[in-house]
Amino acid sequence: MTPSAILKAAADAGTKPDLSALLASVPYARHLGISVDRKGTEITTILKFDRKLIGNVMLPALHGGVVGGFLEVTAMVQLVFEIAPLTIPKPVDINIDYLRSGRPVDTFGRAVITKQGRRVVNVHAEAWQDDHGRPVAALRGHFLLRSDS
Amino acid sequence: MIGVPHAEDIQMSVVEIGDGTAVTKVPYSDKLAGDPETRVIHGGVITSLLDNACGVAVGSKLRGMGGGIATLDLRIDYMKPAAPDQDIFAFVECYRVTKSIAFVRGVAYQTDRSDPVAAVSAAFMLNSSEGRAPGANLKAAP
Repeated sequence: MTPSAILKAAADAGTKPDLSALLASVPYARHLGISVDRKGTEITTILKFDRKLIGNVMLPALHGGVVGGFLEVTAMVQLVFEIAPLTIPKPVDINIDYLRSGRPVDTFGRAVITKQGRRVVNVHAEAWQDDHGRPVAALRGHFLLRSDS
Repeated sequence: MIGVPHAEDIQMSVVEIGDGTAVTKVPYSDKLAGDPETRVIHGGVITSLLDNACGVAVGSKLRGMGGGIATLDLRIDYMKPAAPDQDIFAFVECYRVTKSIAFVRGVAYQTDRSDPVAAVSAAFMLNSSEGRAPGANLKAAP
């Protein structure tokens, strides 16, 4: 199924979208190996470590673009879960703070909607590894809900 | 970019290195799309492309001096979706270097730099390793 078919099916059924199916339908998320864990209303994304995600072999550390892309997917998943739009929200601008180098282990992500407008939503997302209190990176961004505006 | 696993993974390459400037390229691939219907490349790929270009530009400005560099932050504005089946390029310039920080700005584009897909503004920490051996970050958190 395509992302829009998954979102439409959820809207028609009046249920939350199937987030695992959604991630499986997004080629980039599937390529990086991102999965999702839902416990009630708490959504955690998981980036399983793989050697292809490395950006610096000396440290070694995850590529900054991979961490940024993971945070962008994390923000998108949260938006889809809470707002249930009919299309995938599009990023308008993002700001990524790199707080620690991403070690070669699994990475987790969570996002919070800070402000929801009619067309644009402000989201904060955070990525961490073994200690949630020591995030490796944080994202702030605006996403557009409708593409016709 | 030989030796950078993620660059090899998405077939990202350096096209040109100047004095504080860099051009990098990532070819279109369906597996990197953010939406299989529109086939538009995901923002994460643009982030990787721009981050890498910035790193190369800073490295060229420092001419190999200055130890390790680390991205402090990256701001990306997405102006328009990237067209499928076309390469995406990044052109960035490191326009200022202080003792500790390098400032970089640039664009991602497909055919015309003045009609960008995205714009970037970033800051990098210089000499981020501070003499520590590679892998020092792998030690257990205190």
